[in-house]
Amino acid sequence: MLREAQTRRERLVLRVLLVPTLFWLIIFFMVPLLVIFVYSFMTRQVPVGIDFPLHLGNYIRFADILYIKIFWRSFVIALLTTAICLLMGYPLAFWMSRQPAKVRNTLLLLLMIPFWTNFVVRTYALKFFLFRQGIMNNVLTGIGLIDEPLLVMYTPTAVVIGLVYGWVVEMILPLYACMADLDNSLLEAAQDLYASRFKVFWRVILPLTLPGIAAGSILVFVPALGAYITPDLLGGSKTAMIGNIIADQFGASADWAFGSALSFVLMAIMLVGTLLYFRILRGDSSV
Amino acid sequence: MITGTKREKAPRIISRAVTTPMIRIGGWSLSVYALLFYLFLYGPIIILIVYSFNDSRFPTQWAGFSLRWYERLFNNRAMGAALRNSLIVTTSSTLISTVIGTMISVAMERYRFKGKTPLDAMLFLPIIIPDIAMAIMLVAFFGLAHMRLGFVTIIISHVAFNISFVAIVVRARLAAIDPRLEEAAADLYANEWQAFWRITFPLLLPGILGGALLAFTLSLDDYVITFFTSGPGSTTLPLRIYGMVKTGITPEVNAISSLMLLASLGLVVLSLWLQGKGE
Repeated sequence: MLREAQTRRERLVLRVLLVPTLFWLIIFFMVPLLVIFVYSFMTRQVPVGIDFPLHLGNYIRFADILYIKIFWRSFVIALLTTAICLLMGYPLAFWMSRQPAKVRNTLLLLLMIPFWTNFVVRTYALKFFLFRQGIMNNVLTGIGLIDEPLLVMYTPTAVVIGLVYGWVVEMILPLYACMADLDNSLLEAAQDLYASRFKVFWRVILPLTLPGIAAGSILVFVPALGAYITPDLLGGSKTAMIGNIIADQFGASADWAFGSALSFVLMAIMLVGTLLYFRILRGDSSV
Repeated sequence: MITGTKREKAPRIISRAVTTPMIRIGGWSLSVYALLFYLFLYGPIIILIVYSFNDSRFPTQWAGFSLRWYERLFNNRAMGAALRNSLIVTTSSTLISTVIGTMISVAMERYRFKGKTPLDAMLFLPIIIPDIAMAIMLVAFFGLAHMRLGFVTIIISHVAFNISFVAIVVRARLAAIDPRLEEAAADLYANEWQAFWRITFPLLLPGILGGALLAFTLSLDDYVITFFTSGPGSTTLPLRIYGMVKTGITPEVNAISSLMLLASLGLVVLSLWLQGKGE
């Protein structure tokens, strides 16, 4: 029920409604985006600063094995995080969706609480749990499962655990939304036709929950790929991800041009991922 | 009546008979798994809270119950300043983004106009852009514009990402309100202004408050963008905590973290209550 602004008064109202957002998002979002786009083609000044001429050198620097390695590492960590979140989240979402309505709401609430909790605090809680003299090692050595404390902190494993811990709820919510709509009678029909449990899952449940899998995967993959806090707090110097390298270019390294180019490559990867997601969502379940 | 009861009963009998094996798939093994999952989610948080009451300086040994870290926290002036700074930033950015976000929601959900599709795309961008990219582009812009980093730049940045989040929540609510209600009001000689404030606004209020709450949480939560756009004297709570966490594990961090957890718990309850009111 959309309407055209017809009278002069209405056109004025519409303009008043639009102007603040246009002003804010153009000046403080689009223009800054344009600034670093131009920066990404400019030249670094020593010690600090940026200047013309324009060139492609900052993008060509990716060919350096060092940066290819960092991008590859970030990609693998993000993909691994997404896969683990899916494996962990899928059975939980299914179990939740089969609970009575009242229980489901409580379970959802229990998922939402960490989701609303400060990310830095949550990451710290995990660090407190994982570090050398932390609870995990105390318990594991205490019950005699291991002799030496596990040195998880400051490894890529810690980063993956941290990212899973931070984002797994984002995987579960869309999966759950999908599965809550899943009609029990469909599963029953499949079983009536003598489908095995595996076949019921593979032929009925999985295809019907594909949109949820796609949405959840994007919601985990995108922030995991651009992660900054988790690798910074839980990882060591050898587990830096793209986000940390970008931050470094605007901090200690003071190479704004290269940092801008890195950001654009990161955003390009995410844009492709998001577009892919929308294509899957559009109902093309054969993907 | 009879057919009614039959129809009510019949599916239940059938489904009980047939779903038994299905339920067994999701039977106790899945329940045990779910328990473990929630333990994974809450274990570290609960341990953190427990150890914030630990009397020992060392994080691993338990030396009895004590409130000394909370006491020290309340006497920590830098922490007090960080809390004050966080409240300044969060409150102002929430107020501004809620007003602007509500206005754009009304425009998007009630009017047809030129350039709406690109505007929709622009509203979507701050949501999907990685924090680190948004942080560096804003700091580059503020540098170019010769703006001194501090409260103003932090608030500007928070509003820049919060407008979109407020708009998502408010638009969802607005889409559920029948525009014919406003038309009916207009038929009764209410002008647009009256129709909005007397009819739409009260119905929209839970949505607006929900959007504001989300903006408040995101603003209070933000570390990356705030870190890059803050200057001397505008250190917020997450920045202060982050600094302490980077240097090592101290019981004081456990105490402030537990308080932050308590605050977010309050926010969840508030948002649920609002949701309940909205329905």
